[in-house]
Amino acid sequence: MKRLLGCLGLVLLLAMTPGLAVELDEVLSDTVLENRARELSAELRCLVCQNQSIDDSDAPLARDLRILVRKRLTEGDTDAEVIDFIVARYGEFVLLKPPFAPHTWALWLAMPALLLAGGLAIFIAHWRRQGALKVPLEPLSGDEQSKLERLLKDG
Amino acid sequence: MVAEVGHYALVLALAIAIAQSLVPLFGAHRGDGQLMRVGDTAALVQFALVLLAFFALMHAFVTSDFSVSNVWENSHSAKPMLYKVTGVWGNHEGSMVLWVLILAFFGACVSMFGGNLPDTLRARVLSMQGLISVAFLLFIIVTSNPFVRLDPAPVDGRGLNPILQDPALAFHPPFLYAGYVGFSMAFSFALAALIEGRVDAAWARWVRPWTLVAWMCLTLGIAMGSWWAYYELGWGGWWFWDPVENASFMPWLAGTALLHSAIVVEKREALKVWTILLAILTFSLSLIGTFLVRSGVLTSVHAFAVDPERGVFILVIMCLFIGGAFTLFAWRAPSLRSGGLFAPISREGGLILNNLFLTVGCATVLFGTLYPLVLEAVAGTKSSVGPPFFNLTFVPLMIPLLALVPLGPFLAWKRADLGAALQRLWVAAAISLGVAAIAGYAKFGGPVLAPFGIALGVWLIAGAFSDIAFRSKFGRETLGVAARRAFGLPRSAWGMAIAHAGLGVAIIGIVAVSAWRVEKIAVIKPGETMEVAGFELQFEGVVPRQGPNYNDEVGIFTARRDGNAFARLESAKRIYAVRQMPTTEAAIYTFWTGDLYVVIGDGSEQGRTVRAYYNPFAPFIWIGAVIMFLGGAVSLTDRRYRIGAPKRARHAAATGGA
Repeated sequence: MKRLLGCLGLVLLLAMTPGLAVELDEVLSDTVLENRARELSAELRCLVCQNQSIDDSDAPLARDLRILVRKRLTEGDTDAEVIDFIVARYGEFVLLKPPFAPHTWALWLAMPALLLAGGLAIFIAHWRRQGALKVPLEPLSGDEQSKLERLLKDG
Repeated sequence: MVAEVGHYALVLALAIAIAQSLVPLFGAHRGDGQLMRVGDTAALVQFALVLLAFFALMHAFVTSDFSVSNVWENSHSAKPMLYKVTGVWGNHEGSMVLWVLILAFFGACVSMFGGNLPDTLRARVLSMQGLISVAFLLFIIVTSNPFVRLDPAPVDGRGLNPILQDPALAFHPPFLYAGYVGFSMAFSFALAALIEGRVDAAWARWVRPWTLVAWMCLTLGIAMGSWWAYYELGWGGWWFWDPVENASFMPWLAGTALLHSAIVVEKREALKVWTILLAILTFSLSLIGTFLVRSGVLTSVHAFAVDPERGVFILVIMCLFIGGAFTLFAWRAPSLRSGGLFAPISREGGLILNNLFLTVGCATVLFGTLYPLVLEAVAGTKSSVGPPFFNLTFVPLMIPLLALVPLGPFLAWKRADLGAALQRLWVAAAISLGVAAIAGYAKFGGPVLAPFGIALGVWLIAGAFSDIAFRSKFGRETLGVAARRAFGLPRSAWGMAIAHAGLGVAIIGIVAVSAWRVEKIAVIKPGETMEVAGFELQFEGVVPRQGPNYNDEVGIFTARRDGNAFARLESAKRIYAVRQMPTTEAAIYTFWTGDLYVVIGDGSEQGRTVRAYYNPFAPFIWIGAVIMFLGGAVSLTDRRYRIGAPKRARHAAATGGA
């Protein structure tokens, strides 16, 4: 239990220490490449942290990954090639933006599907109500007719 | 001794809660007034007992009684008094006591202020509240007893997690819990209405203020957490789509939807079944949030101690309540009769659209939060769902909703004229487009969509005040008459306008920070300067400083603009003595137009790493949230909710329902 708590403490420590992320010596002189590197690293998870991107984390592993991303970029890789390279090494867990693949269809399509289903449900409910309104009204019976006349006269 | 009294009070509270959940329910079934009134007394007694337990725990913390295990684990004699007090809920056991205390408080409020509720409804509501209390008191007593003793008592404690030693974080849990637990009222009212088989305008009028209070507290609680993340985590981020944040955001979204759909029930007696469902869903999401955060399924600063037994217990509570509520719903909801008919383009239609977007948004967040857990359980693949996913799905979903918000109040009930509503908003539209043009010109070359985002915020603000202006006939009556009319408007109209405007203010902050923040990293030595967004920062050096229970390494900067020094900024690296954990204190200088944000990093031979940011309009995010809170507060003072005038309220309910 003590060990577990110790580990947890370490995780918390890594997770919560302030993000003194990108160090000056990592920054590329080419601003276009650097911007691409920043955008890519915001989408990559720091594997030893709690829900942080490598762009935000100051863990040593995150730094290694940042340097790796920049190395691949300066060697002329496209963004997709860099991502593929890192996923091949570290697995899909590293992607903060899950890919669109059969096992994530449910995730990505949930929002549009629910919006569509909700819209449809509202439409059907409305259509039904309209339908209910169009039921022809039965003519008043003689009793009701005389009651109505009486009311109108008294009114 | 005091701790034992606290423990005893908790057990007694459990016994009372059991009585509270059974006797009034039976009484309402039999129509026995005496049995029903047991609920009123029980709710008050239960609250008093939980309060006693809470104070007993607080006493142990304040007097640093380390013979209580919980105090030993989470406190230290050298801790400032503020954090000794707030440390009560800075741990798992204490936070659960706070949870139940707030729950019992809401129950006691029903018993004290619920005089104008029908007797059977009040009895059933109190019974449902009692049932929730039973579950959570049992949870505390069986798995999370805060009063466990240590023998022999240690000399000193292990200290509170330094991260929690912060004013905003100290008061973040009470507000968050008031929100979470506050939605239990809507839940209890929904279940009581299902048992009664009746939902009417009076019911909605009763549910709305409770939901509103819960929503206000949740808004403020979330804002505090986000503000804390902004100044404490040290890189100026304010929302991370972290599962724990999502756990609080989902009930907020559902609660916001509930707040709007209940209006339709109150005014038009339509959407009854949906509103009941939404009330159940909102509290279910609060329970899911409690489970996610407390069970340790998610590792984070909030999961104080990971203990599978507790996780399973909360899971069982959650399944019983959610499952039970939905079973009752499926059984009884078809018997509810719905009222008012309306055309698609009407106030009702607008509010339905609001509900569609909010609930789909809420479901999207739920999917994104749970997907990695489910995927790992089902397929064994570890995956991540992070900010990029939510930015691609949730954010686009909210844009049409926000764009439609100002239209809503201009639509008439039953059948509305869209053209006329748009015509009344032309001033607001012109102002927003003007601001977009100015923003686009000032920030030319920045993100293309950002000016439109700003315009969206301005559109919300201008739209909200167009509603007030139109209702009080500004421009058509003399200024004096119009002003008098404006003051005479119902408080709920003002509340709505203020809350919508607050949302607009927050949107402006969010868009500006996301699009136009400036970041500068430099390694500098004392005496050297760096530049960020037109400001000059001169590094004066680093001095050590001692706090009550920590040591600081303070970096001092002089900030200049156009050569004129305007501020001395201090950013510190802080080490807490007891736990040896480092934190960083950012230096933040706030202007009307944004924050200058400086963080000192580690040193080397070349100098210190310093990170400086300019976060345009960042404070607007939290100011917006506070304005939303105030809007809710204004709405709460509306005549028809006013407590202390039960006769009038009953009369109003009768005519309002007709």
